[in-house]
Amino acid sequence: MKSLLKIFCLVFFATSAMAQDNVYPGAPQKETIALINGTIHVGNGQVIENGMVVFEKGKIVSVGSKGTTPAGAKVIDVAGKHVYPGLILSSSNLGLAEVPSVRATLDESEFGEYNTNVRSIVAYNTDSRVINTLRNNGILLASITPGGGIISGSSTVVQLDAWHWEDAAVAMDNGMHFRMPNLLIRRGGRGGFGMFGAAASNVDPVQAGLNRIEDVKSFFKEAKAYLTEVKPAQTNPSFEATRKLFNKEQKFYIHCNVVKEMLIAVEFAKEFGFDVVIVGGSDSYLIADILKENNISVILNDMHSLPTMADDDVAQPYKTPGILQKAGVLFSINDTHTNSRYRNLAFNAGTAAAYGLTKEQALSAVTLNAAKILGVDKITGSLEAGKDANIVVSEGDILDMRSNLILHAFIQGRTVNLDDKAKQLADRYKYKYNIK
Amino acid sequence: MRNPLRYPVRKGVFLTWIFLSFQMLVMAQPTFPVNGITNPTTKSYAFTNATLVKDAKTTIANATLVIKDGKIVAAGTNIAVPKDAVVVNLEGKYIYPSFIDIYSDYGVPVPQRQMAGGGFGGPQQLESNKKGAYGWNQAIKPEVNAYEIFSVDDSKAAGLRNVGFGAVLTHQKDGIARGTGTFVTLANKRDNLVILKDKASAHYSLNKGTSSQSYPSSLMGVIALLRQSYYDAMWYKNSGAKEGVNLTLRAWNDVQSLPQIFEGNDKWNDLRAAKIGEEFGVKYIIKAGVNEYQRIQEMAATKSAFILPLNFPAPIDTDDPSDVRFVGLDQLKHWELAPTNPAAFEKAGIEFAFTTADLGNTSELFTNIRKAIQNGLTEQTALAALTTTPAKLLGVESLIGTLEAGKVANFIITNGPVFSDKTAILQNWVSGERFNVKNELWNDVTGVYEIAFNTKSGVKNYNLVLSAGGNASLIQGDTLTGKYTYTGKIFKLSYTEGKGANATETVLSGILSDKALSGTGLDAKANAFTFKGKFKNASTAAPAAAATTPAKEELGKVTYPFVAYGNEEQLKQEDILIKNATVWTNEKQGILQNTDVLIRNGKIAQIGKNLSAKGAKEIDGTGKHLTAGIIDEHSHIAAASINEGAQSVTSEVRISDNINPEDINIYRQLSGGVTTSHILHGSANTIGGQTQLIKLRWGKNAEELKFEGADRFIKFALGENVKRSSSTSNVRFPNTRMGVEQVLDDAFIRATDYQNALKAAATGKKGENVYEKVRRDLELEALSDIMNKKLFITMHSYVQSEIVAALRVAEKHGFRVNTLTHILEGYKVADKIKAHGANVSTFSDWWNYKMEVLDAQPYNAYIMQKVGLNTAINSDDAEMARRLNQEAAKSVKYGGMNEEDALKMVTLNPAKMMHVDNKVGSIKEGKDADLVLWTDHPLSIYAMSEKTIVDGIVYFDREKDAQMRDQIQAEKARLIKKMADLKRAPGGARPAGGFARPVPRYEVVLSCMDHTHNHGLLAVEEEDHQ
Repeated sequence: MKSLLKIFCLVFFATSAMAQDNVYPGAPQKETIALINGTIHVGNGQVIENGMVVFEKGKIVSVGSKGTTPAGAKVIDVAGKHVYPGLILSSSNLGLAEVPSVRATLDESEFGEYNTNVRSIVAYNTDSRVINTLRNNGILLASITPGGGIISGSSTVVQLDAWHWEDAAVAMDNGMHFRMPNLLIRRGGRGGFGMFGAAASNVDPVQAGLNRIEDVKSFFKEAKAYLTEVKPAQTNPSFEATRKLFNKEQKFYIHCNVVKEMLIAVEFAKEFGFDVVIVGGSDSYLIADILKENNISVILNDMHSLPTMADDDVAQPYKTPGILQKAGVLFSINDTHTNSRYRNLAFNAGTAAAYGLTKEQALSAVTLNAAKILGVDKITGSLEAGKDANIVVSEGDILDMRSNLILHAFIQGRTVNLDDKAKQLADRYKYKYNIK
Repeated sequence: MRNPLRYPVRKGVFLTWIFLSFQMLVMAQPTFPVNGITNPTTKSYAFTNATLVKDAKTTIANATLVIKDGKIVAAGTNIAVPKDAVVVNLEGKYIYPSFIDIYSDYGVPVPQRQMAGGGFGGPQQLESNKKGAYGWNQAIKPEVNAYEIFSVDDSKAAGLRNVGFGAVLTHQKDGIARGTGTFVTLANKRDNLVILKDKASAHYSLNKGTSSQSYPSSLMGVIALLRQSYYDAMWYKNSGAKEGVNLTLRAWNDVQSLPQIFEGNDKWNDLRAAKIGEEFGVKYIIKAGVNEYQRIQEMAATKSAFILPLNFPAPIDTDDPSDVRFVGLDQLKHWELAPTNPAAFEKAGIEFAFTTADLGNTSELFTNIRKAIQNGLTEQTALAALTTTPAKLLGVESLIGTLEAGKVANFIITNGPVFSDKTAILQNWVSGERFNVKNELWNDVTGVYEIAFNTKSGVKNYNLVLSAGGNASLIQGDTLTGKYTYTGKIFKLSYTEGKGANATETVLSGILSDKALSGTGLDAKANAFTFKGKFKNASTAAPAAAATTPAKEELGKVTYPFVAYGNEEQLKQEDILIKNATVWTNEKQGILQNTDVLIRNGKIAQIGKNLSAKGAKEIDGTGKHLTAGIIDEHSHIAAASINEGAQSVTSEVRISDNINPEDINIYRQLSGGVTTSHILHGSANTIGGQTQLIKLRWGKNAEELKFEGADRFIKFALGENVKRSSSTSNVRFPNTRMGVEQVLDDAFIRATDYQNALKAAATGKKGENVYEKVRRDLELEALSDIMNKKLFITMHSYVQSEIVAALRVAEKHGFRVNTLTHILEGYKVADKIKAHGANVSTFSDWWNYKMEVLDAQPYNAYIMQKVGLNTAINSDDAEMARRLNQEAAKSVKYGGMNEEDALKMVTLNPAKMMHVDNKVGSIKEGKDADLVLWTDHPLSIYAMSEKTIVDGIVYFDREKDAQMRDQIQAEKARLIKKMADLKRAPGGARPAGGFARPVPRYEVVLSCMDHTHNHGLLAVEEEDHQ
């Protein structure tokens, strides 16, 4: 099997030795495709051994144990391989921040505090070099999220095989992002080695944070009042931009981590009736019951993170998903790692599987749960008839780097070109050194 | 009782005065003109009937102390009172020597910082801005003499006198070498007269203070600078001509004969200071912090004397559980145990003096000494630490510190044993001059008085009862309650009659003296009256129950290290037999199934099937995998500082000088199977500092962490970081990769010249010290070590141009670069690297976060390995280090590397590149027992380390880890309750200092400053921090 794989790779490299610029988005699906004999991981916990997935015109037609292959379908035998729904990055600056250390490449954070009218999608660069490397690791969708300010603006869910952002969007502007002011007491001054600690500020930082939160509430109260007016004398773009939020066409993503911040997030849900999702949530395991009771879902940003306190469980971030799962909280696992550029999403889930989730639960955390949280579960997130054919085929267990090797990927039924800059560079130098 | 304050002024001692003034010139200044009439006196006093505490060991009852002209004339029993002496009867009172504080900055100006030096991105100040013929570094200023800038500051002096001090050693607490201290009394006299010893000490610290010069910007830089200064001074003494006049080095040499005092302020810094002293034959007196009890054996091993502050932490306000969440176990434990610090020193037999330095308010002194006494310190040692010990440490014991003839008349008069909470200091005499402290308590006025009010409506008689604490009652049938005050003379009383809205207040004031009182009063209706009264009898109320010594409270234990997951006892080596595991040997045998491994005396003793060993602890390895411990070639954990970025060449700095053995990341790395980490200097400059290879022996001290016998390494860096790409105001050379190459070349040209100069200067004579002729240059010495293959380079490098340029510089100077680290474009020049002979150590899959990593790709390790380079995967990140096995596994995914080869990239290969593969890196008989027992295939995402073993000691055990978590919870709960109980305690029992708000302790993440880290909520990146 290994040698077959090698041959496959070599052939692939040989035929695709081209610059990344020539990696084209796939053409619309013309013929019906049937993936047969694979182990199908539906995404909802269900596993079908020796199964078959059929999709046509970009939609999944059937998923089940292998029966008769539909007439005229292109059959791909994936015996011994594993078939998964495309993985989803729940919240990402993909396509907004190309090289984080170079200011000119950053379109992530706008000036101002209440940027409800700012839309990430218009800056989303479908030609980012990072995107192809993600598809190669099974990631087919992402929610493109703005940063900065207090209200950062709206996010859009995109699929990762597009010519332009207008083609990429699958759920336009369907999330609003609130960066909760920090409610951790911060030490005044700098302290530390060789430094003179500056005088501590007189303003209690927690109180200052709470005051700012009150300002945010006032903003939404005013927005709500504004929206009840039939025809406002003067148009207020930032209030206008909250309409979808109050209509529940948008979810309200609150980026916060500590208990007090998360309790305030719960309060936002109650007070304004927003559909609240906590993003970050590193201490969410401490109030899992409260989150469950209030139907607050959580996007866990930093799976591969150190614990907050020396006293904490050394593996706490790895164990948090297991605790949320047990409590019945809807959560997804994300990857915001700036240095590996989000390509390790599957392994973040794998770590959670090592520390408390089952493998299928871990898979759900990067597929169906993410789709539910992002409000796109009707069209993607699992391998179920009627949904978009967002499918990846891996050599083995996709959650483990030993066996995660993406052989096929389909987005909306289109065959995804799995070449990327990394493969091209590797190929170029394998050629130099004559490595077979 | 006769009022001792009413001194008859004696005259007619003029002749004596003339005589003494010629002898001592202490009491007046002949050179100063007098405006008015001279009033010379001898100030001769005799204090009789006292309990005289001559020194901490000697108490004499019914004794007499005679002083004259500011000196003690006689002390003891059977002493004739001189005729000219004022006699003060001290019946019932105590005399102690006044206290001495040898770590003060009394009367010395506090310097202000002029401007900020460069952080990572800011402009740098590369040279000293001090004018004059001084040395090159602003933080080295032995030329500062406290006696030249000292001036009496009586309001500060009063604060010290009020808690019993009579003399202090004061110095300017600023800089690394701080100059000399001056020993002064706390008398309120002209500056000339209070200085007892002008140059009394020399002072050092690890803090650059107000120096605005960029160098040093790190703790290890400070240590290097201190070391270099010693060598510079040594050379200057012998070959100074070349240097011209260097007032700094001259002063450095001048102050060496004085007592040398080093500010450590922390247990690890104390040890760092002692180590510097060891190198130069200096035994510092170390100014401690309050956490030395956590490492008291190490303190004792320094054989130093210490100066202990008494700033015990306040209890933490535990009202808000979501705030308490961010308080660490070690902070809670330290609150409880800090008051044991002095007792720990005493028990360890370490000599120490107390200081008021670091106290928020000097008035906390006695409260905190009493806390220390409650926690095991003896009163005798406490008193010695305030009197004889500081005098001795300063070499002024013949002058001061005890009550003996000839010594300075510095003493305090108290109304009881000095450390009792009932006792007050009544007077503090400094150089024979009296200062009243709580003189109003001189006479005990409590008791019952018969008192008569002479009012318009006639005489009213009462019994007036004055109780301790200012409560009074007026009894005539009914009892009226009131308050009184007494200032030693003036007596005031107020009391109320009636209740609620009808209550009326009457006030009285007058004189209370010689047990009689008289004065005037005013009632609520503005009726004036007079009163008089006299003492009748002592109060009949039962005396307050003798202060019950608080029940000995249960204290938590010191753990090693003193942080969560520390152990109460150091972990011990044991013989272990691991049975029936899948053993990844990394040797010719490959992977052995169902195999046993025996560990004895910290080494791998035997590998085979069906082994048995008497006395060895058996661990069932069935279904598990055993591998060599993971070696992280690039780590920044366990150090107090990482970047000395203030100059482009800092080869003189050493990570080994500032190892932090209490970094929780040591334990966290162990949980991921790491047993050895290479702690690198950062990448802020081209030639960084020397590195340190450590074994993760959780709980051991800095020296014990070091990998014994390992070769020395040094960090170099190229590219964006060293040319300060993120700074818009950089002034430091180099600004381009062109400049980086030249910095490298120039450094080795200088090092070559240096070597040649040393060779030329050496005559080969016996006992010759060549460094007296050629300045010993620690920077060039390190570079010269590189050329002589005694020091090896780990070079931070990314792009192909800079990689090859650096290799060529090395080749030009006749050495090779040992390791290229990061090396994300190594795949492009793998053939050239191979030809040069360097090892490579890289990330698995990082890219595209800065310009120089745009062409990084995850097949890099695979390609380099295929070309034949010894390839490792490193972390450069405390989080990722816990998953290095999985990072290595990514080369299986990206390239299809053989699994055994992949594992070697985090075990045997880094061992080879660190030259320690004869000890670690594979499972082979005779090698160190540094092993990991994995729950699963070691390259799998599902693998967890079940046990991580270093030198045959199980430093991480997943089962024990869970138990420890419970213990941490229990211990935190106990301490939080203890604090909460204190908060709920009635007024008197609540701590005077109040409660501290639980402020989360942000951990500064030390790193290359090369990329971001996911280190949790409380992590602050070093660059943000600076």
